[in-house]
Amino acid sequence: MFSTIAAWFSRTVMFGTVMMYGCVGETITERSGNLNLGIPGIMCIGGFAGFAGGYFYERAAGDSYNGLICVLLAVVSSFIAAMLVGLIYCFFTITLRANQNVTGLTITIFGVGLSKFLGTLVMGEQTTIVASRAHDTFSTRIPWLYENVPYLGELVFSYGFLVYLAIFVCVGASLFLFRTKTGLNLRAIGENPATADAAGINITRYKYLSICIGTGISGLGGLYYVLDYNRGMWVTENGIEALGWLAVALVIFTTWRPMNAIWGAILFGFLSWAYQFLPNLGVTIPNYAINLVQALPYVVTIFVLVIVSLRKKRENQAPQSLGLPYFREER
Amino acid sequence: MDFAVELRNVTKRFGKVTANNGVSFSVRRGEILSLLGENGSGKTTLMNMLSGIYYPDEGQILVGGKEVTISSPKDAFALGIGMIHQHFKLVDVFTAAENVVLGLDEKGKFDRKAISDKIRKICDAYGFELDPDQKVYNMSVSQKQTLEIIKVLYRGADILILDEPTAVLTPQETEKLFSVIKNMRDDGKSIIIITHKLHEVLSVSDRVAILRRGEYVDTVETSTATELMLTEMMVGKKVSLNIDRPDPVDPVERIRVEGLTCVNSDGIKILDNVSFTANGGEILGIAGISGCGQKELLEAIAGLQKVESGSVEYFMPGETESRQLIGKSPKQIRRLGVALSFVPEDRLGMGLVGSMGMTGNMMLKNYNEGFNFFLDNKHPKELAEEIREELEVITPSLNTPVRRLSGGNIQKVLVGREIASAPAVLMTAYAVRGLDINTSYTIYRLLNEQKKKGVAVIYVGEDLDVLLELSDKILVLCGGKVNGVVNGRDATKEQIGMMMTNLSSESEGGSDE
Repeated sequence: MFSTIAAWFSRTVMFGTVMMYGCVGETITERSGNLNLGIPGIMCIGGFAGFAGGYFYERAAGDSYNGLICVLLAVVSSFIAAMLVGLIYCFFTITLRANQNVTGLTITIFGVGLSKFLGTLVMGEQTTIVASRAHDTFSTRIPWLYENVPYLGELVFSYGFLVYLAIFVCVGASLFLFRTKTGLNLRAIGENPATADAAGINITRYKYLSICIGTGISGLGGLYYVLDYNRGMWVTENGIEALGWLAVALVIFTTWRPMNAIWGAILFGFLSWAYQFLPNLGVTIPNYAINLVQALPYVVTIFVLVIVSLRKKRENQAPQSLGLPYFREER
Repeated sequence: MDFAVELRNVTKRFGKVTANNGVSFSVRRGEILSLLGENGSGKTTLMNMLSGIYYPDEGQILVGGKEVTISSPKDAFALGIGMIHQHFKLVDVFTAAENVVLGLDEKGKFDRKAISDKIRKICDAYGFELDPDQKVYNMSVSQKQTLEIIKVLYRGADILILDEPTAVLTPQETEKLFSVIKNMRDDGKSIIIITHKLHEVLSVSDRVAILRRGEYVDTVETSTATELMLTEMMVGKKVSLNIDRPDPVDPVERIRVEGLTCVNSDGIKILDNVSFTANGGEILGIAGISGCGQKELLEAIAGLQKVESGSVEYFMPGETESRQLIGKSPKQIRRLGVALSFVPEDRLGMGLVGSMGMTGNMMLKNYNEGFNFFLDNKHPKELAEEIREELEVITPSLNTPVRRLSGGNIQKVLVGREIASAPAVLMTAYAVRGLDINTSYTIYRLLNEQKKKGVAVIYVGEDLDVLLELSDKILVLCGGKVNGVVNGRDATKEQIGMMMTNLSSESEGGSDE
């Protein structure tokens, strides 16, 4: 019983971490008034770039392999690659004022495709490629705590550093958005860009920066998926993309608050894995219902949407100008 | 003389339209200056150049005696100029304090308490009432305005520009506003109020600067000014336009509006007990400062505006029985057999579909006719071709998106379509706005033709000269109320100007000719 729940929980945390990165990145983006549906594709790109960074370093370094350098290379390449795709999105939606939904979906198709293509290119004749030492580094557990705290050690301290960084990023993003002037300015742009403009805020610069940083953070979700959760193995299946869509739904679930992403992601992860662990707890799920059970996070999101709109609290609504391009009024 | 702001020969053009032409005037320190002018006289544009929203094409702006360049709102703040716009620029989900500090790059910590304290200090100094922690979406219009003023004072503004500040206020709120404005003046600040309400000009300001059609007329001391003199300066001498005005052909009652009242989303009465009659075979002009309920009036008749109370009755040609239009949708109104045509102010928003060609736009009027599964392209195409030839619409093809046509041609397409449906009532809102002289005269001719056919034409206009030469009767709206109906043939410009700006004590509507 305990072992089932513990195993379920640890899967939950892993899935949740991927979503947390995606969600925080997308929240920062949406707070600036841009809806970026390219997140799943961007996470794929971030995942591949991070994997490539670790994999090639590992091969090139040989015996002189240094964990710290590996981490640095993988994280930086993942962040930058995702950011560059974010930059393309920015250029289309902010500078050219293209439709955000169309641009975002295109970016997802592009990102998923490009990462598969590059993965196959690196793979060559092999059937799988694994960055095993990078995986070891990324999944290093917190040394003392893991061994010496009973139960909790296994449950809470058994993950790689990216898990704890994700929580840190959620807290940091929340402090930034709600406790700093820059965060205030950013939220104002998402709510009412004309007002922000009249107050002397440089809309274009704020949007570009927040979206690029947001997509960079999202990219780390892909990195975690490949180098930690997936044991350093690059596979061209759709795991990252599916989690990317969940991350987008999670933004709505959290009512655009990064702090809620911490428990929201855990809940989403828990629900995503329900189909596998419920049978061990005596709840049988017929085969045909597995996909239905996997859709639970979306059901919960719809539920939250309904409740939020029923309560009519203005603070919990989406940023008012979300999805609308801004241009200064000319007559 | 110690001037706070001085403008010298400032000119601003938007494309072919000159919004301000060589305007020069100045504001002293510690004075309240009213900027008076009709709609479209360029008051707001001029002030937008001071607040950094527009940049002048020619001329100089001097602040505190030094020539300055104001290219963004930030530059304006730096010079101590703050503008309170007619449409509030506030973030609804933020508190008052958060709105105040928005965009300020003060160094140091984001200290909410210090900000609130500073706001309270400003409130105490001038007699404002505001809770720094209140959310904007919970505020009344007057509180929002207070917040806007505090926002600019917080930024250290010495020169405040208020764009029609009383348009949205109740008389009591206006009183309160004027008293804080006077407090600010006594504190040495310069205040510019954009307005067209003469009694307010006379009661609050020290001097009045008058603009007319983008040109500066004069500045006078308020103490020496009278309402009549200001009106004359504002509307100018009558200009003869030689618009045709055929005599009405046996006018019969076509539309009777009684006690029409509409309320906007802020709970303010945008139409207040409006009553009048429009006759077939006549052109009824509607004059008024913009936003006095013209749009709502037409939309209420067309079934597009929610109505609090009142009635709109329609008399079919040749029938004595009337039909009630209130409470019916446009479709239901048409089903009743009411031949109503409406040329709205927003041509591409409400009138036409910009990305469709002329043919497609013709279909919008009769999409519901017939029982064919497939579209009937033939008739709309013929109609489009007819309009194109008769009204000389210049378009590459009937399928060119109408949005790509010039403003005049767009209007011809719209008016042509509305007339083609053989209306019994034709309503037009600002039908000639932005059009060149030739097209304007074409539109006047079309309206007159309809009038001769016995159509009741309702013409909402902003140019008094045109209204005076085109209309048989002119209804003057002021603040959502009917301020009287005058005969278009013998009314004077000054008379209408006064009626537009001053609500008479007895403002009962006049269906009493």
